[in-house]
Amino acid sequence: MTSNQSKKRRLLQGNEAIVEGALAAGCRFFAGYPITPASEISEILSVRMPQVGGTFIQMEDEIASMGAIIGASLAGVKSMTATSGPGFSLMQENLGFACAAEVPCVVVNVMRGGPSTGLPTAPSQGDVLQARWGTHGDHPIIVLAVSTVDDCFEITVRAFNLSEKYRVPVIILSDEMVAHTRESVILPSPDEFEVIDRVTPSMPPEWYIPYEDTSRGVSPMAAFGEGYRYHVTGLVHDVRGFPTQRPEEIEAFISRLFRKITKGFDEIQMTSSLMTEDAEVAVITFGSVARSARRAVIEARGQNIKAGLLQLITLFPFPRHPVEEVLRQCRAVLVPEMNMGQISREVKRVNTEGTHIKKYNRIDGQSMTPDEILVQLMKL
Amino acid sequence: MPKEVTTLIHKYLRHDKKFPHVWCPGCGNGIVLGAMIRAIDRLGLKKDDIVLASGIGCSGRMPVYVDFNTLHTTHGRALTFATGIKLAEPSLMVITIMGDGDATAIGGNHFIHAARRNLDINAIIINNQIYGMTGGQHSPTTPYGCYSATSSYGHIEHAFSISELAVTAGADFVARCTVYHAELLEKLIEKALQRSGFSIVEVMSNCHIQFGRRNRMGDPITMMKWLRDNAVTLEKASKMTPGSLKGKFTIGILADVEKPVYTKEYEKIREKTQKSEKVK
Repeated sequence: MTSNQSKKRRLLQGNEAIVEGALAAGCRFFAGYPITPASEISEILSVRMPQVGGTFIQMEDEIASMGAIIGASLAGVKSMTATSGPGFSLMQENLGFACAAEVPCVVVNVMRGGPSTGLPTAPSQGDVLQARWGTHGDHPIIVLAVSTVDDCFEITVRAFNLSEKYRVPVIILSDEMVAHTRESVILPSPDEFEVIDRVTPSMPPEWYIPYEDTSRGVSPMAAFGEGYRYHVTGLVHDVRGFPTQRPEEIEAFISRLFRKITKGFDEIQMTSSLMTEDAEVAVITFGSVARSARRAVIEARGQNIKAGLLQLITLFPFPRHPVEEVLRQCRAVLVPEMNMGQISREVKRVNTEGTHIKKYNRIDGQSMTPDEILVQLMKL
Repeated sequence: MPKEVTTLIHKYLRHDKKFPHVWCPGCGNGIVLGAMIRAIDRLGLKKDDIVLASGIGCSGRMPVYVDFNTLHTTHGRALTFATGIKLAEPSLMVITIMGDGDATAIGGNHFIHAARRNLDINAIIINNQIYGMTGGQHSPTTPYGCYSATSSYGHIEHAFSISELAVTAGADFVARCTVYHAELLEKLIEKALQRSGFSIVEVMSNCHIQFGRRNRMGDPITMMKWLRDNAVTLEKASKMTPGSLKGKFTIGILADVEKPVYTKEYEKIREKTQKSEKVK
């Protein structure tokens, strides 16, 4: 693609922009299972992957899709899957494997209304806490949320970058609203964004210790077939990758998994602010609701309400510091979500100043409009 | 110990790292491991090019002992991980090792679809008719009437025949053997590894601890004799009546057909689409 071509304005839906972002980030393996409202990602990649020398495969279920992308990543290829609530539930076990064995991969969850089969064609944000805690056991994971078609491209690239850099699965939470909204966007050309690849070992195989601690807590990752012949397991393992039951090795392993993410907080925890500098009241939200909130905040300013918006791009690890700053400064904060209050719990958890926090929730399968957010803002 | 065995141990096992192994004395898993290693050695395959992936259970521990690219996945999912590896790097020889519960209960869906899809993956399934590692619960291959930790009153379900299931699901190469017939086992694995497409070698094995002790075969020799006496070659079976075959199982090659292989078919799609992209 020449930079001239890439500068063309295009009419894309969110799901298409995620595909573009993934390919731009170097994703060359996709495994998926049909599910509304995520299916377009599979359909488009089934066409595009062979064209770019990559691989698309439709698996027998989402458990298999998750297993396949981990396998591909172990063989050195950046990989992704995409699903919605029911499929995301099925992926949890293997997602935990990717956390424990530190296999980079990206999982897109286009959220629908839930629980169970729920509302396949309606938007929701009900999977926030599942994205963080869906798989069993203590584990670190990164969860990002997209709110516009533009976002979808950029955040997908970032998702791959973080996944590669920290050797951790990254979840992209989209919703039916973002996925199926068509917008005119200009995709950035390759020189306008950074693509990060995993660090691979530079030492000879006999010196390679696959899970050795480093200053960042992330070890170089060899691909299967490159001569390093190491062991990968979901069992708690020692630095050589072999199962261990020694308390000091178990502790070191789990601690490092968390430490590598903690060390990267500054880079991982992404937020975007609008008019928060002098805000007296603020909206804290994410995903497609953030887009409505943006408009509501601008309109509130027009009515002389000193309102601001803190949009969470990273949901987990929860961006505590920017949220705390807003809580310190504002007398009241509104947390609108299309769920029963999953992010507002997190906001309340870090609220040490006693700031008034109002949650506002829609669970009727309808998107949140700017007007209703504005009404709530005026009541604060 | 014969010199050949010592040489193979030094060449293929992580003998200084991960031994002693977790398997019970007399377990058939070692015979399967030995047969696989001898087959690999005979074929002259490079250790760097081999991936051995397993699921969960006693068989799941096999990869840790061998000096290949090794992967111990989640329960029943070895074939899904193997699919990703093979597609991402088709030059690798991908072998999965699974147990009967692993491959046909929790992993049953992946098993039939891997057979249908026909990726170039080799599956070795150790069928000991029981969940050994978890303490002897009944598996999909526990025979009717047998006793297990979860069928104390006698098993009232009917067993899968793994190889026949694989044939029906469309696997290219299907063979069954037992750990008693170690030499045949080695030859069948060697043949399976040489085949393109999805290949399965089902190995009837002994779990005298969890299965045998509950079913009056509490030592490895009794179980070995049981395997010997109930295995019928396909040739012999063709001359027997269905009545006299009851409770027995056939050994040998049950299917040997050639269908287009997924990785090669996909490569053709890549070439075709890349050509048409260039024309544009």
